[in-house]
Amino acid sequence: MRAFTYERASTVEAAAKAAAANPEAKFIAGGTNLLDLMKLEIERPTHLIDVNGVGLDQIEAMPNGGLRIGALVRNTDLASHETVRRDYGLLTRALVAGASGQLRNKATTAGNLLQRTRCPYFYDTNQPCNKRQPGSGCSAIGGFSRQHAVVGSSDSCIATHPSDMAIALRALDATVATVKADGSTRSIPIADFHRLPGDTPHIETTLEQGEFITAVALPPPIGGKHIYRKVRDRASYAFALVSIGAVIQPDGTGRFAVGGVAHKPWRTPSGDEKLKDGARAAASEALAEARPTEQNRFKIDLVERTLGAVIAEARG
Amino acid sequence: MRNHSHLELSRRDLLVSSAATIAVTGVAARGAAAQSAGREMEFETSVSFSVNGEMRNIEVDNRTTLLDALREHLHLTGTKKGCDHGQCGACTVMVDGRRINSCLTLAVMHEGDEITTIEGLGQPGNLHPLQAAFVKHDGFQCGYCTPGQICSSVAVLEEIKSNIPSHVTTDLSAQAELNKSEIRERMSGNICRCGAYSNILDAISEVAGIQA
Repeated sequence: MRAFTYERASTVEAAAKAAAANPEAKFIAGGTNLLDLMKLEIERPTHLIDVNGVGLDQIEAMPNGGLRIGALVRNTDLASHETVRRDYGLLTRALVAGASGQLRNKATTAGNLLQRTRCPYFYDTNQPCNKRQPGSGCSAIGGFSRQHAVVGSSDSCIATHPSDMAIALRALDATVATVKADGSTRSIPIADFHRLPGDTPHIETTLEQGEFITAVALPPPIGGKHIYRKVRDRASYAFALVSIGAVIQPDGTGRFAVGGVAHKPWRTPSGDEKLKDGARAAASEALAEARPTEQNRFKIDLVERTLGAVIAEARG
Repeated sequence: MRNHSHLELSRRDLLVSSAATIAVTGVAARGAAAQSAGREMEFETSVSFSVNGEMRNIEVDNRTTLLDALREHLHLTGTKKGCDHGQCGACTVMVDGRRINSCLTLAVMHEGDEITTIEGLGQPGNLHPLQAAFVKHDGFQCGYCTPGQICSSVAVLEEIKSNIPSHVTTDLSAQAELNKSEIRERMSGNICRCGAYSNILDAISEVAGIQA
């Protein structure tokens, strides 16, 4: 790990100001992904701003009937919250499908959104990777690509986003609240928060330098059956090959986001529209632009079958 | 540890001798030495936390993980370093009552925290019920993952009691159940490469009062 200086921020303003003053600084909250990457020198911040003391660890009801989740709420606390389990069961289900108990106790809401891909070539510093070293090439294309993206990928990168939580947030139409270094605030729809790789796969979100996530907001509950189904190589503690986060209403309409298939949570309005017509129609619509490799072509069928299982479960 | 102090001294000696070398070549020795000391300070931070009920204060390189602080600075070597990347769970300790991977957190991030390690759970002659159960059920072979397994299992039983849901929890609106399927799922962050899982499960189940 490279040496770095360290400070503890006690307010969001102080944290944002410190980050704006040093482009090589990073915020650290749970640290479960950042420290892993710093040990491998994939992340090399020269300064760490510890934001664990800024508060933002509450889950609050909003006047519009929605829920505001503080950026520093730990994954365990979010999954366990009474309102979340009752009204946004999909979110609880996605959270507990991810990582281990130890990691969920540290990992935060904002950090979960900002975690980086587990593409083995991104992790292997001996291999070219456009995400780790822009312009060096993509080792996954033509390499071992079983786990990689099938849709929304580019000639520069076929990595997937690893978060389960983000799949639920995408299906629930969450928004990400931030504050910039100049003190201005904005609210980013989750659909626009993560970027597709294009020819700049190293830029993963639409956040600006020093922009600080303060909360994730959920719209008022929409009822329906909340289901998160994750297919992976082990029964527990593994990243998804494919996952589906869905809210399905009694009349068979609903919405679904797909994990494990793209650089961001994958959801399409036209796919949602076809949900009432069954898994085959909805999955083929959602993945209409898929460009799988020989090794991950199976994910196309797996999405359809997983969605079929989700629809069957929703029918009870 | 004596070795560690010796290393620290050597590094400081090296800094001093570098400064002296510069002095010989005509650069102001005082300025160079002050700069070296100042720069070193920037990369170190003082932190105080309680470990197994005892307040400890250490000054560490910012890069020091909680795991390395416990093992190398406080000489509590019961906590093990397995993968050092949060994948194996050998380094599991409890911080403010919650289990975490001590390899994936910096010591300097724990100002004021209460840390419990395997040494704090029980000692020879005064074992924690889970330590005794692991011995009784032979819940290990090589034993390297065992401190992490035991710390994790103590926390797992608390998590179920606190109604924290898991991936196998069937009804999110009901109290979390205490059964073998829940224990298996919740222990999945602790890897045992000897494969003592069935005996580990027997040990935890006995303490939890789960019928076979």
